[in-house]
Amino acid sequence: MTDMSMNNAQSEKSAARVRLAQRIALRFGLYALLIVFALYYLMPLFVMVTTSLKSLDEIRTGSLLSLPRELDFSSWATAWSSACTGIQCEGLRPFFWNSVLLSVPAVFLSTLLGAVNGYVLAQWRFKGSNVLFALMLFGCFIPFQVVILPMAMTLGVLKIAGTIGGLVFVHVVYGIGFTTLFFRNYYVTVPQELVKAAKVDGAGFFRIFFSIFLPISPPIIVVTVIWQFTQIWNDFLFGVSFSQAGTQPITVALNNIVNSTTGVKEYNVDMAAAIIAALPTLFVYVVAGKYFIRGLTAGSVKG
Amino acid sequence: MTETTQQILSIENLDKAYGTVKILKNINVSIEPGEFLVLVGPSGCGKSTLLNCIAGLEESTAGDINIGGRSMIGVSPKDRDIAMVFQSYALYPTMTVGKNITFGMKVRGIPEEEQQAKLAEVAGLLQIDHLLDRKPSQLSGGQRQRVAMGRALVRDPQLFLFDEPLSNLDAKLRVEMRTEIKRLHQTLGASIVYVTHDQIEAMTLATKIVVMKDGVIQQVGTPNEIYNHPANMFVADFMGSPSMNLIPAQATSSGDGTKISIARTGGEYLTLSFDREIAGMNGSGAKEVILGLRPENITDPLSIVAQNGQLADCHIDVVEPAGSDTFVVTSLGGKQVTARLRADAEVVAGQNASLAFDLSKASVFEPESGARIA
Ligand SMILES: Nc1ncnc2c1ncn2[C@@H]1O[C@H](COP(=O)(O)OP(=O)(O)O)[C@@H](O)[C@H]1O
Ligand SMILES: [Mg+2]
Repeated sequence: MTDMSMNNAQSEKSAARVRLAQRIALRFGLYALLIVFALYYLMPLFVMVTTSLKSLDEIRTGSLLSLPRELDFSSWATAWSSACTGIQCEGLRPFFWNSVLLSVPAVFLSTLLGAVNGYVLAQWRFKGSNVLFALMLFGCFIPFQVVILPMAMTLGVLKIAGTIGGLVFVHVVYGIGFTTLFFRNYYVTVPQELVKAAKVDGAGFFRIFFSIFLPISPPIIVVTVIWQFTQIWNDFLFGVSFSQAGTQPITVALNNIVNSTTGVKEYNVDMAAAIIAALPTLFVYVVAGKYFIRGLTAGSVKG
Repeated sequence: MTETTQQILSIENLDKAYGTVKILKNINVSIEPGEFLVLVGPSGCGKSTLLNCIAGLEESTAGDINIGGRSMIGVSPKDRDIAMVFQSYALYPTMTVGKNITFGMKVRGIPEEEQQAKLAEVAGLLQIDHLLDRKPSQLSGGQRQRVAMGRALVRDPQLFLFDEPLSNLDAKLRVEMRTEIKRLHQTLGASIVYVTHDQIEAMTLATKIVVMKDGVIQQVGTPNEIYNHPANMFVADFMGSPSMNLIPAQATSSGDGTKISIARTGGEYLTLSFDREIAGMNGSGAKEVILGLRPENITDPLSIVAQNGQLADCHIDVVEPAGSDTFVVTSLGGKQVTARLRADAEVVAGQNASLAFDLSKASVFEPESGARIA
């Protein structure tokens, strides 16, 4: 009997050991896989950064993946202030500011309008509000290309064609579908009794919006701002279609730098310019990313 | 309306429909100053809708609502001189307790000192002084409930509206808060319309009960009237716990009074004499009826209330001791019938016992319509 129980105990112990080993192996495999994917995705960035820090000679002679022999920041300076975007040779700088002047108001306005729309569609339902919401959702999925022609005509009629204001208008109109969707889905989880209580307390439409709904909105505001900023900053098609010489956004300028073929191709300048163009979105992600995840997963208001 | 001036609330022929679905049908209710009206009925019968109509949060389809003698047609909620407590409490999540309570006064532009004085008074009354700087998410259910009441109390309105304020609390807290609300009603002399689906809450709190079903008022009366003289089988069944026994029976009337016979297993009849007239029988003939007897009107022969009881041997199917009482189940008229006995009554499941039937408090219903006929 003691024999048997000892056998049992032993086999149990070894089974536990096997299970532990399996678990460790599984973990190891998982991490290995994740690391491979991370490297795969980081590779282009690595190439971009290293290339931007090499001299043209080194790029021509060395391998794509090698580290720069000596750090050369001159191509960054060139990209920023003296690279040629066609006949003009002032680098990305003026276009960077165009993009800022365009993105900030467009993000702000589309987010604010989305918040008000979402508030109405979630909490102040009216006859046909569901149809309206469905149409707005539909608007999210209309491809950019389809709206270009009618939008060009609209801008012409409004006499804002080719201006930064016109681009802001385009992005606000195109963004409202998404921002409304975000806010509507966030506010729909707020109990209707909250609005009723505020009405009994004497508050009106905007009072309730600003005193009760806006204060619970930071998570969804962050999500919307990141989404809109990324969309608008990275937009090329609207930028190239609706701007003219002085109002082009940075994406258009980047394209012009890369495509202006005067003599040798300056890969280091192209890479530096591409990184500069991408930095602001990266910055927004890093600053607000924590809230981004939180806003996507959380939603309901308890308490 | 001349009499409506002394009524706090009077609802006349109110209808409410969502599209083609009629939710409330011809509602007529009124309350006097200081009355505690409880609207009770199963979930989905339209209680919240009615309360929202009174508050002005929903528009009625037809009829009129008067508050303090003034017609409320086209009057917005904030101008109705009401305050409302919601089932989900509906506290503003980002505001502190203090801000929650003073929000309404702030919106109305009441001076800061007055706001603070009111806040202190109400917080003291509800014993939430120490919570004023907390956010709603940092409060327990019972504390949130108090804050929600505080928000209503600071308004000092003509009429309070409560929509199932206790239904999110656990059983013990619910009883505590029930007592508290009753105490508040007595100390403040407030006029209240209170909605609940809990018939015990209705019985304990109300000075007047309105029983609703499917958007139609079934009966209006004092708790005593509702309990002892239910207007129909729905009210009889809905109010009281354990609920009233509704036993199919036959009534026969002749020169020497009315008798009610109930079929028993084995083909025999239990025949009991009934000392009231049954409507529509005119003292003669026979009629199928439903006899409504509360469990406490079927008891053991030794209980005092059994003095005017009529004894009968019954087969006891189940015995359920409940501490203060013993409930037994027997079979009559093809139904499980519950009787309420003394705690120490000696009954054994599976054996016969003598039970006393007290028909002086019985109700008799018409089987088809369910209406009370005696
Ligand atoms: N906004 C609405 N639109 C359509 N039907 C509704 C609406 N609000 C409530 N109802 C319906 O009205 C009925 C009564 O609801 P309610 O008054 O909330 O019931 P109770 O409070 O008694 O549980 C329910 O059947 C509900 O589905
Ligand atoms: Mg309800």
